[in-house]
Amino acid sequence: MKIHKYKLFGKNIVIDVNSGAIHVVDDVVYDCLDYYENKSKDEIIEILSNKYSNEEVVEALEEIDYLVKEKMLYTEDIYKDMVINDNSPSFIKAMCLNIAHDCNLKCKYCFASEGSYEGKRSLMSAEVGKKAIDFIIKNSGYRHNIEIDLFGGEPLMNFEVIKEIIEYAKSEEKKHGKNIRFTITTNATLLNDEIIDYIDKNMGNVVLSIDGRKEVNDKIRIRYDGSGTFDSILPKIKKMVDKRDKNKQYYVRGTFTHENLDFYNDVAFLADQGFKEISIEPVVLEEDNPLSIKKEDLPVIFEQYEKIAMEIIERKKQGNEFKFYHFNIDINGGPCIYKRISGCGAGYEYVAVTPEGDIYPCHQFVGKEEFKLGNVFEGKIDEKLSNQFKNAHIYNKPKCMECWARFYCSGGCQANNYSFNGDIHKPYEIGCEMMKKRIECAIAIKVFEAMQDF
Amino acid sequence: MKHVKTINVGTLKASVVKPGCKECANSCQSACKTSATVANLPCEHN
Repeated sequence: MKIHKYKLFGKNIVIDVNSGAIHVVDDVVYDCLDYYENKSKDEIIEILSNKYSNEEVVEALEEIDYLVKEKMLYTEDIYKDMVINDNSPSFIKAMCLNIAHDCNLKCKYCFASEGSYEGKRSLMSAEVGKKAIDFIIKNSGYRHNIEIDLFGGEPLMNFEVIKEIIEYAKSEEKKHGKNIRFTITTNATLLNDEIIDYIDKNMGNVVLSIDGRKEVNDKIRIRYDGSGTFDSILPKIKKMVDKRDKNKQYYVRGTFTHENLDFYNDVAFLADQGFKEISIEPVVLEEDNPLSIKKEDLPVIFEQYEKIAMEIIERKKQGNEFKFYHFNIDINGGPCIYKRISGCGAGYEYVAVTPEGDIYPCHQFVGKEEFKLGNVFEGKIDEKLSNQFKNAHIYNKPKCMECWARFYCSGGCQANNYSFNGDIHKPYEIGCEMMKKRIECAIAIKVFEAMQDF
Repeated sequence: MKHVKTINVGTLKASVVKPGCKECANSCQSACKTSATVANLPCEHN
């Protein structure tokens, strides 16, 4: 597939898949593109004769010819050989550090089995954490930037160890000429003034979990006694965001499920609270779970993404903009092609480490023994398994090679692919459909922004 | 052009000249954790 065209918010949008060029076209060009590759000029004129005059079609075809000549339409994929022949070494530069395999909440959709990851509940020791820092510095080669996400369970259940690990990381990064950036993902229940100050000072990014409206959040994000968390966490999240250094990142992040398919309302609710960086993600659960996203939910979900996109456009006009994580596509920049074809990096650039020091391709693979890559005390990983992940790029995923969105999503989530299809090379179909819709919406927002200039 | 407005000319091919330094963030680290989108990462090649 060389081009993708769609209609959204009254615009006819055409994406040239292999160059990334984006065009807004009128109805004549939009219709001509249905036949351009397979029919002659005369045949197209004939087919469209009941809709458009000869002159209109000829003119439209000339403009298409021009775009083809200028390599902005129907361009070829020139990247494949570059990827297949890439023998450059891989370095691990991102790590999900599972500080706590324990949690003080019992969220109904938790993939980590209330933090335990289907194992025993445990907290990471400072010794393991420091070994993990040593491991990533040693295996990061000549990469300068290293990212570490403090994750769980609930990482703040192990706050003293976090402080020790970060102090150690800061001394080591200097010695080795690295730049280590920390993110923490927290359910916000344990935030207090001291912790808020500490996070603001030491974390490049903080991800604060809340699902949106009270009735939605409190149905799912509950304590062990069954009570909801909304009333406790919302003021704490607001305090964290208010205090946040404006040059540093934060995300207010929630999950939507089959039970709140009207999640546009949750995004709008969070925006109304004054949050500017919002991420609401689809839940990922096995098909028979009542909370899981079903194929038949997709039309409603698509409508919600469109409403969120329109809300962003409208609020931007009013000077009251917010950002939705998956719509943050930079059509004039973004990552280079090398990044776009290599995907998320799980298993060879990105790993997860358990409280015991075991290494897995990412947090979603934790506990799946067949995917264990090693242990931080051994200081190295299973090269064969790691290479399987490195080679699971879009050119080895037949479905992705037929998909127009491949350079935006880069092959999707390997863990989801494995969970649903038993193979990291076979994309999770419902995830793909949602991803494509999000990208269409993200590009439509950019088109709206750009059209203001015309 | 009368029928087409080009919003951007495409940056993918141009990015081939970059070294592929991989200094950019990991797509799953920032906020998603379940549904990686690579295209929303900023390039960090200096």
